[in-house]
Amino acid sequence: MSDNSEKDVHQYIEHHLHFLQVDLRDGTVVNAVTKDGQPCHVTDILTFNGCKAAHTSKDAGPAPLINPHTVNVDSLLVSFVLGALFIGLFAAVARKFTTTGKPGKLQTMVEMAVLFIDGNVKSIFTRRSRLIAPVAITSFIWILLMNIMDLIPVDWVPDLAGLLGVPYFRVLPTADANITMSMAVSVFVLMFWYTFTRKGVMGFVKDITLHPFNHPVMIPFNFMLESISLLSKPISLGLRLFGNMFAGEMIFIMIALLNTAGTFYTQPLLSVPWAIFHILIICLQAFIFMMLTVVYLASAADENE
Amino acid sequence: MELNWTFIGQTIEFVIFVWLCLKYVWPPIMAGIEQRQKEIGEGLEAAERGRKSLEVARNNAAEQIKATKKEVAEIMEQANKRQAKILDDARAAANEERLKIIEQAREEAEAEANRVKEKLRREMAELAVRGAEKIIRKNVDQNTTSSIISELVAGAKR
Repeated sequence: MSDNSEKDVHQYIEHHLHFLQVDLRDGTVVNAVTKDGQPCHVTDILTFNGCKAAHTSKDAGPAPLINPHTVNVDSLLVSFVLGALFIGLFAAVARKFTTTGKPGKLQTMVEMAVLFIDGNVKSIFTRRSRLIAPVAITSFIWILLMNIMDLIPVDWVPDLAGLLGVPYFRVLPTADANITMSMAVSVFVLMFWYTFTRKGVMGFVKDITLHPFNHPVMIPFNFMLESISLLSKPISLGLRLFGNMFAGEMIFIMIALLNTAGTFYTQPLLSVPWAIFHILIICLQAFIFMMLTVVYLASAADENE
Repeated sequence: MELNWTFIGQTIEFVIFVWLCLKYVWPPIMAGIEQRQKEIGEGLEAAERGRKSLEVARNNAAEQIKATKKEVAEIMEQANKRQAKILDDARAAANEERLKIIEQAREEAEAEANRVKEKLRREMAELAVRGAEKIIRKNVDQNTTSSIISELVAGAKR
């Protein structure tokens, strides 16, 4: 950022926060044009035809909360690659698991992760369930890997994508509310599944109407209270992760903006401490998501609750 | 913030990865860990057993050494006693032998003395007779005198 004018700052931030969005109606990339000024199509990117960021006439008015026409290709791609990395790595270790002799370092690492999750799950989710531990370890390792993407220097991926003719690329999937809310809602659905299979529909109805005041008169009040507390669970679960990672990314972008031609040292000076601190947040948020998932599912499955 | 198809896509990914984890990751790793925990537990138990049997063997050895020492001491004592007894016996036998020899020597000496006495008596008697003969030949009847001598000799024998 040599020229630090207001317009450039605005553009820089917008570019870094823009997803590689594809409009599913016509296959065009949102807010991107080809070299000849035509709307950029997915095939242009796949054939390395070269697209660049630009506002088009389509981009009018405020963005709706729910857009049924687009998909964030970058978030989905990165999350898929990282999920596949997790499953591939762990499945490879599981396949070659040796119980005789000295285990390798990779196996030891995987074992530590598995035992860590197993200990946490067993201490909270006291009922037997085959599903709970895989859900917990998948969400923990996967979110951890996705969060770690935040440590890649903030300009590398968008600039590299630009060189390859990809107009936008956000490498941090957990800074996409779609990703975090999707996982939170998946957990929410699992909560209902656990409640209905462990307590039955009547158990669920009792849960939501007879708590915290077990009296017929209080049923409307209980229902209101319990509905809010139930609905707040997926929202807080998803938005907590999203908010933390988005804010972390935003601060990296802000620090990058301080880096003018005269003060090239501000970015390393500020972003390195922030990155070190952010490692804590990365691990903590992955851990919190996993723990809350287990806690919510445990309370949904526990007949005594 | 804009919710779009990414939401659905991520849900599908989540379901797929959880399912894969449930099928190919968690159960085999857990089974492996449990298997090894079992093996380690068995190994530790075996080591404990080995340690105990070593202790037992050590105790046995110590006991055996103690018993052997005791036996040796007993044998030594017996040997000492036996030696003393043999010495005593030998001493007693030697003493007896000595007494016997002394007794024999005394008897022999007595017999010799008796014999010498007898001989001396005879010689004296002869001498006396001869002396008397000489006297009598010079003086009186020989017969009367010799009876007197015989009487003298008999008296001297007693």
